[in-house]
Amino acid sequence: MNTTILLFLLQDGITTGAIYALLGLSLVLVFAVTRVILIPQGEFITYGALTYATLATGNVPGTARLALAMGVVAFGFDLFAARKSLHARRILRAAAVDLGFPLAVLGLTMALAGSHTPIAVNIALSLLIVAAIGLFLYRIAFQPIAHTSVLVLLIASVGCHLALQGFGLVFFGAEGLRGPTVSDAAVTIGSLRFTGQSIAVYAITIALIVALWLFFGFTLYGKALRATAVNRLGARLVGIRTSLSGQIAFLLASVIGAISGILIVPITTLYYDTGFLIGLKGFVAAIIGGLVSYPLTAVAALVVGTVEAFSSFYASNYKEVIVFTLILPVLVLRSLAAPAVEEEKD
Amino acid sequence: MSALLQVTDVSVAYGKVEAVRAVTLAVAANEIVTIIGANGAGKTTLLNAVMGILPLKGDVAFAGESIARHDIEDRVAAGLSLVPEHRELFATMTVEDNLQLGAFRIVKAVAAQSFERVYSLFPKLKERRSQLAGTLSGGEQQMLAMGRALMGAPKLLMLDEPSLGLAPIIVADIFRTVSELKAAGVSVLLVEQNAKAALRIADRAYVMELGEFVLDGTASEIAANAQVEASYLGFSHAEKGAV
Ligand SMILES: Nc1ncnc2c1ncn2[C@@H]1O[C@H](COP(=O)(O)OP(=O)(O)OP(=O)(O)O)[C@@H](O)[C@H]1O
Ligand SMILES: [Mg+2]
Repeated sequence: MNTTILLFLLQDGITTGAIYALLGLSLVLVFAVTRVILIPQGEFITYGALTYATLATGNVPGTARLALAMGVVAFGFDLFAARKSLHARRILRAAAVDLGFPLAVLGLTMALAGSHTPIAVNIALSLLIVAAIGLFLYRIAFQPIAHTSVLVLLIASVGCHLALQGFGLVFFGAEGLRGPTVSDAAVTIGSLRFTGQSIAVYAITIALIVALWLFFGFTLYGKALRATAVNRLGARLVGIRTSLSGQIAFLLASVIGAISGILIVPITTLYYDTGFLIGLKGFVAAIIGGLVSYPLTAVAALVVGTVEAFSSFYASNYKEVIVFTLILPVLVLRSLAAPAVEEEKD
Repeated sequence: MSALLQVTDVSVAYGKVEAVRAVTLAVAANEIVTIIGANGAGKTTLLNAVMGILPLKGDVAFAGESIARHDIEDRVAAGLSLVPEHRELFATMTVEDNLQLGAFRIVKAVAAQSFERVYSLFPKLKERRSQLAGTLSGGEQQMLAMGRALMGAPKLLMLDEPSLGLAPIIVADIFRTVSELKAAGVSVLLVEQNAKAALRIADRAYVMELGEFVLDGTASEIAANAQVEASYLGFSHAEKGAV
């Protein structure tokens, strides 16, 4: 085989692998903190990508309205939960987060959307919209059942995925969209050509991983999230609300998903349901990392990306099969190493 | 009456089985109260229900306000803190992180003071501050659990068998610390198997059997009670003799 092709495939694999790494990391994060296996991660990707692509055409995406609608429902939930102790402060806070935030985002989107809006503004708007959706998704669908088993949470997760995918079809239609690249620059090193987009992928992935590391290692809220993951009861006993940790985890996951989507959409056309498959590959990496190990997940994601690149070149019909088969030996090994784990109860 | 903690007619059940029945208890400000009782008497169940981990029937008032329907987190915010039977530390985080999280609800300036106070109560923790909590010895873990609870500057500290599984010398240490807490203005509700040591530092005591309080009084009264002597104090003598 020729080295140029080899290098090219490797480069391609690492670019997509970097994105799978981000997705895998956020899956591990969400599972550790909330025990939810985040199937709707795929929708965060699609929503991020297609919201960005829609904004680039100068239109207001339906997701901005969805965020507001979900905020209204979340506000209803918050009011209901606080019915026994209706403190003005608590209600004002809920109103600010549930109504004020999505309203402001929708207002900004309507005001700023246009065919000449700078790319950076469109990216910021897309992230805000998807962040709101992620936050309210946890509030509406998962917070009320946070104490139930992993299986119940998984079923809810599948339900959310299907519902959000349906909304995606309504908002974006069945045709695929592509978004503008972050930068059209390109550098050539030897026989390899690095586009501005692929450099953006590397830079943003690395920046995000460093940011997450700083957040979890050095900030009080980051440590509180870890504490919730390590010992839920212990965390509650020092006054860390499980619901707060869950909301932060979902917020982070939705932003990471949206960033991944925005990074991908200039490279490949995305449809309302493409996100699911991309998310699943992050999931393969997360499973290889045992849903607990961040470094293992990141490495596994690069492997998944590389395997995908090579198999789409040599056996493109079997590309998905090959990628998802990767999970089998890992599962077999894991089941041999850790026989019969009972579900943790708390 | 203005007790700091007032538990009135509280019952707690696991499904249909009532583990605690119609218990009434009070802890005044600046008081050490102990609950003694055999294994399975319902002591842990009672503390967990007061903290909000288990649902209860009856009323719990703290600092004059009913908290019986509050979440655990709101009870923590009100100034109630529990060091649970199994300690529930953040095992994969450092000693210092555990302590810092203990002050999660406290403003930063106050947390700095709490750090000083906890490190002066438990100098061992300061030495070990960058070690992972899960790698500490049992006694050190107990100190960390107490330290973490104290970081939140509670008004009332509930301790569930702090001496469990610890060497006598460390137990003495822990009990000395509990008396020091009282001097520092923290009230303590102490559940103990080691009745003798508990009664020595407590102001008042309750004796629990099969989910009910069968006796209560000042610590010296309880210690002098013939029945208690026979079932709890005598037993611990015999046990010591046997070992
Ligand atoms: N999760 C549970 N489900 C059912 N029954 C329970 C549960 N936890 C405790 N019990 C029962 O409730 C009773 C009281 O238990 P509890 O743990 O409160 O006792 P304790 O006084 O703390 O005992 P020890 O001194 O051994 O810690 C026991 O009979 C116990 O078997
Ligand atoms: Mg107990």
